[in-house]
Amino acid sequence: MVTDMTTHKLDAQNVNVYYDQAHVIRDVSLTIEANTVTAFIGPSGCGKSTFLRLINRMNDYIDGFRKTGTILIDGEDIYDKKVRVEELRKKIGMVFQKPNPFPKSIYENVIYGLRIQGINKKSILDETVERSLRRAAIWDEVKDNLNKSALSLSGGQQQRICIARTLAVEPSIVLMDEPASALDPISTAKIEELIHELKSQYTIIIVTHNMQQAGRVSDKVAFFYIGELIEYSATKEIFINPKKELTQNYITGRFG
Amino acid sequence: MSKRIDINRIKDNLFRYVGIGCTLFGLLMLGFFLYSVLREGLPRLNAQFFSSLPSRKPEEAGILIPLFGTIWVMVLTSLISIPLGVASGIYLEEYGKKNRLASLIEINITNLAGVPSIIYGLLALEIFVRILGLGKSLLSGSLTLALLILPIIIVATREALKAVPKTIREASFALGATKWQTTWFQVLPASAGGIVTGVILAISRAIGETAPLIVIGAMLYITTLPSSPMDDFSVLPIQIFNWLSRPQKGFIINATAAIIVLLAITFILNGIAIYLRNRWQKKVKW
Amino acid sequence: MSVKEKIIEGVLLLCAAVSILTTIGILWVLISESSVFFARVPLSEFLFDTQWTPFFADKHFGILPLVTGTLLTSFIAIAVALPIGLSIAVYLNEYAPKSFRSTIKPVLEILAAIPTVVYGFFALMVITPFLQQIFPQMAGFNALSPGIVMGIMIIPMISSLSEDALYAVPTSLREASYGIGATRFQTSFKVLVPAASSGIIVSVILGISRAVGETMIVAIAAGQQPRLTLNPLVPVETITTYIVQVSLGDVVQGSIEYQTIFAAGIALFALTFILNNVSFYIKKKFQEKYE
Repeated sequence: MVTDMTTHKLDAQNVNVYYDQAHVIRDVSLTIEANTVTAFIGPSGCGKSTFLRLINRMNDYIDGFRKTGTILIDGEDIYDKKVRVEELRKKIGMVFQKPNPFPKSIYENVIYGLRIQGINKKSILDETVERSLRRAAIWDEVKDNLNKSALSLSGGQQQRICIARTLAVEPSIVLMDEPASALDPISTAKIEELIHELKSQYTIIIVTHNMQQAGRVSDKVAFFYIGELIEYSATKEIFINPKKELTQNYITGRFG
Repeated sequence: MSKRIDINRIKDNLFRYVGIGCTLFGLLMLGFFLYSVLREGLPRLNAQFFSSLPSRKPEEAGILIPLFGTIWVMVLTSLISIPLGVASGIYLEEYGKKNRLASLIEINITNLAGVPSIIYGLLALEIFVRILGLGKSLLSGSLTLALLILPIIIVATREALKAVPKTIREASFALGATKWQTTWFQVLPASAGGIVTGVILAISRAIGETAPLIVIGAMLYITTLPSSPMDDFSVLPIQIFNWLSRPQKGFIINATAAIIVLLAITFILNGIAIYLRNRWQKKVKW
Repeated sequence: MSVKEKIIEGVLLLCAAVSILTTIGILWVLISESSVFFARVPLSEFLFDTQWTPFFADKHFGILPLVTGTLLTSFIAIAVALPIGLSIAVYLNEYAPKSFRSTIKPVLEILAAIPTVVYGFFALMVITPFLQQIFPQMAGFNALSPGIVMGIMIIPMISSLSEDALYAVPTSLREASYGIGATRFQTSFKVLVPAASSGIIVSVILGISRAVGETMIVAIAAGQQPRLTLNPLVPVETITTYIVQVSLGDVVQGSIEYQTIFAAGIALFALTFILNNVSFYIKKKFQEKYE
């Protein structure tokens, strides 16, 4: 795998997405560097989630989905015919809007990604569970109840289990689709803190509705509006000194 | 690692063929079965077969009496079950939604729908044939089948009524209509497509039934056409069963020919039902 | 409310009450006739005797041979219908294009609309001769062939109920599995099927109940020999077939032979009633889980 300094972690060029006739992503280009947190913001329906889901090809199964342009990760085109989507998704983890643990034990949830790769060795699984739960900052809360159903936990705990499940397969990029939107403020704070810590090992892309959250967690912000990337720059820059009026209006809450 | 993914992908694609195979298995059996029935029975379907009375000789026997019986049963069963079933459906959906009696009736109907058809035969044998003294008549048979399909009609009626939006009812009430006026002039016409579909499917089920009619004693040797609901009768499924239990090859061929007629009626009824359902679903987009 | 409105409501209620009367009628008929039977035959003999010979000089009234015949044919039916029906459900739910799904479903439903007497013919005249080429020792009447045909008949029931259950699994679970790199096959069998298991179990129980109560297929193709066996290649008799057999003969009303069909009927009713209510119970619990 090529990871020299000249390639970006993610490099999207002239990306367009259509659902049947609807043109939902319009000529978006952006690059993302390794070990950064990038926030995608914008009003509902602006294409930020669609763009996020392009990165691990979760849109593939949607009827009428069509894409043009290229998306490179570590210099490789992820929509190339040779790419196996299962392998790609192992490398690019995803955390969803609503906590979605499987109706299984905490333990089985975390190792699901290993199981589907055919890894069943107890020692590896045990080790992965502890490591992943620690990284997701929930080990102390659940270590004595690993066989309890994940559904018995609170929403915030469930979301951290889902993060642990994502981390268990050692991805290099973690996509987060409004990971805290269904959670209470305390759980949200925990998740945000976690994002900070994970940055040293992962490249994180987070979709959020919440301006303050984007400001707190991200290094760079991409503002989408009706399928277009309006502005993309360092977080401080975009909040203090946005270049476009549209961005300014959105950030100050004039629409949303 | 990537080898493992290859294996997973192969399994994934393999199951596609398993799935297609299973789906086609059902269709293939259906096709194979229709083919074997048509091959055996089609040559036997001539004017003589439709116009002849039963006979000891297979080549002289025909389905005139059971065919008439099936038509009689279809009409009588409809006359009994449609008003009863639709009225029950209306009561449960529009009137007694919250009371305990209605919920008791509801549980009861769900259970009745799961009672084997032959049990209805035992019920009819005691009540209709013996206690009410209706004998092994067309009326007995039709009453039996009507009770059997009642749950189907009630459930279909309720589903169709449920699909009518509340706004229609409220609009009618707001204009001063009574509950019954609202039901009769607004809700029923709006749900007619769904109700008719359910009724046709239920009738189709009824004319294919054999077991309860055997229990009430309808397996008879009859040589005259029924002229009133109190007459003895036979129907196509009974005739098929009768011919199937004879050893001679000629009767087996007769059975296959009668099967073609029975299937034709069943498929036509189902076809009409599906057509109506599709048309109704297209037209009614609330 | 006007008088007319009240009368209409009353009439509608009366119509709805017919279903209650039907249930009462069924229970009354079965209980009253079989109570005469059980006055003559002790319940213990009915439940535990291993022979059913009401027409022989040495009369035995043990329902077990009929019950095993019924369960054997039903088990064969479910052994055919479950793997095929579930595979169809998974395929239509996760693999098949939408257009294929909407065309194929009504076609499959035809299998459930075919009159059972026609299936009986199929079992006796087509499947049995075919199977006899594989198992030369197989009798003309047997449990295997009607079992298989009943299985084909209940495929649409299993596939459509299972598909509904799979469809009801929240999309978020499906996405979680795909998002971590699982294939459709893995997602289906490791996440969706377990999550939909109660719905699938309901479909299986209802399928068994349907097979237990099925009459014509077994009456035509399984034979009329009450026999305590699990051998699928020899003639057996089911509860339903027995009732048909007696109905076809000249049994004097009021005789013990006549009453046996009500005793058999109550056993059949109890069996299907339990199966149906277990499935309702599971279904109700399962609905609560997702709401």
